Amino acid sequence: MRFVLRRLGFFVLTLWAALTVNFFIPRLMPGSPLQALRDRTHNKLSPAALEQMLTSYGFKPNQNVVVQYLDYLQNMVTGHWGVSIGATLGEPVTRVVRQALPWTLGLVGTATILAFALGSLIGIVAGWKRGGRLDALLPPVFVVTSALPYFWVGLLFILVFSVWTGGLLPSDFNYDPHLQPSLSLGFAGNVLLHAVLPAGTIVVTAIGGWILTMRNNMITTLAEDYVRMGRAKGLSNGRIMTTYAARNALLPNLSGFAMSLGFVISGAILVEYVFNYPGLGYLLYNAVQNTDYPLMQALFMLFTVAVLVSVLLCDFATAWLDPRARAKG
Amino acid sequence: MTALLVDTSPVTGAPSPVRHRAGGGLWTAVRTNRKALTGLVIFLVFCLLAVAPWLFTPVRHPNELQFLPALGLSREHPLGTTTLGQDILAQLVYGTRQSLVIALVAGLFATVLSVLVGVSAAYLGGFADDVLSMLINVFLVLPTFPLIIILATYAGKGSLLVILVVLVLTGWSYGANQLRAQTLSLRNRDFLESARVRGERRSYIIVAEVLPTMTSLIVANFLGAALYSVLTAAGLQFLGLGDANSTSWGTMLYWAQSQQALQSGLPLWSLAPGLCVALLGASFALINYAFDEISNPALRPVRRPRARRRDSGGS
Repeated sequence: MRFVLRRLGFFVLTLWAALTVNFFIPRLMPGSPLQALRDRTHNKLSPAALEQMLTSYGFKPNQNVVVQYLDYLQNMVTGHWGVSIGATLGEPVTRVVRQALPWTLGLVGTATILAFALGSLIGIVAGWKRGGRLDALLPPVFVVTSALPYFWVGLLFILVFSVWTGGLLPSDFNYDPHLQPSLSLGFAGNVLLHAVLPAGTIVVTAIGGWILTMRNNMITTLAEDYVRMGRAKGLSNGRIMTTYAARNALLPNLSGFAMSLGFVISGAILVEYVFNYPGLGYLLYNAVQNTDYPLMQALFMLFTVAVLVSVLLCDFATAWLDPRARAKG
Repeated sequence: MTALLVDTSPVTGAPSPVRHRAGGGLWTAVRTNRKALTGLVIFLVFCLLAVAPWLFTPVRHPNELQFLPALGLSREHPLGTTTLGQDILAQLVYGTRQSLVIALVAGLFATVLSVLVGVSAAYLGGFADDVLSMLINVFLVLPTFPLIIILATYAGKGSLLVILVVLVLTGWSYGANQLRAQTLSLRNRDFLESARVRGERRSYIIVAEVLPTMTSLIVANFLGAALYSVLTAAGLQFLGLGDANSTSWGTMLYWAQSQQALQSGLPLWSLAPGLCVALLGASFALINYAFDEISNPALRPVRRPRARRRDSGGS
């Protein structure tokens, strides 16, 4: 119980800190949102309308900062995220976010899980067959791939699979613009086709890290006494590898995986940008370009909440899976 | 609030006695490790490019629009020219300096910050530790790249200083977390106890007793932070949040993207600067990985009896 309370306390504190950072950054930096908005609308809107617009997302320039801050906190927590003032002028932020969310979750989520599963599997085998051909080849290769800038890998993929092959795989958008979204097989195929290159980019750059850490964990675990014990008992190699070594070696990677799941909804801004994929990351980029402060604030809060929730879940999962972590509290 | 993330974070390398082989032993270790050597050579080549770019290209003002646009590969322009009429190789060579400076400066300051916060949190303990590790954890879970984009935009696009500050602010927490965990594990060792009994000052103990035992971890953190800075800065400039008139790889990528270099038959304009970012990043990653192997013998490739005997003699 104490454990749960501590974690929840951390959750609330961090969320508060993130919201506060998000509130004060625009106010401490040079340049005011009001001015930016005035420039953007080329003075077409009356000052009263601008004032009204700013008020709708809780920015009241003439009010006491403390009151503004408290209003802002309340609005963020209760889901009153205001109205977009950027490219999607006048639309509620919640609706804009809801349209983009499934695309990011589908694309980046699947790619992240795929990279983790594949990477761990390869890492387990490489660590088990220490000094084998796989193990000699993999570490240097994946040290390099994990240092690649992932937007650049995306560009490379576009060049090879789309430009040079005359458009074999699409390099733009989530589905062909002339198609109507429907539940048909053809539409689903089109969506999948459009996801191949961006997902491939994420998998290629993310997999290296998982392989390397998994391999190293595996090597450390294989030196443990209980593995030797398993050998002495005459257990089969497969059994030792999977249920003795791999299970324990996987534990430390679990928290990293949880973190990366949390970063799913924010993490692939550059990939979404390169492929014009209309997910949350692309949305944030556009919000920044159009000084859409309400949208930016809502997105930033969402990103933080996602990470926090997954860290929280991971803590509980680790405590459930690993008695040692439970004892440490 | 003692750190949920601390418990699970892997601490690179056991607290190995790096101290004893800080000099010649380390050099031997680097020389016999192929990964370290490769990384080091790449890094040194880039250093040379950054210090003396004029040795590698006859062009003096790489950003000036002084040639015919979109030329193919030729002797005068080994990588061709951009659609704006700049020599691609010259831009590449002159762009090295900024990327390298960003990597080293941001990496250095982020490391200093993480040492300061991480080590003092663990060593001071009590209330100070609670506050500092709370700070570390908050920065650890803040979504970095969105934060960077928002910061860079609010702070006015462009200046190198803004990018550096943003990179340091967002890059220190991971290292601080690791260093804190490592210091905690050292806290009650005998050699620190004896220093306390000798009546040494706290500052002396931290600087002269604690820090030297963590050299390998600090170096690893520096390399990690430098790698992070190179990649993030390039991404930031690629998005157009840097100074569009500066000479750097990220800015080249930005112009190539906005001029549709891939689609208009000038793939090198986009690929070459990306490859340079990748190479510089890879050199940091390779050195880092090799350092891991050097400080943690269990991870080394097997079947190298000669090198191993020499190492075990040195440590």
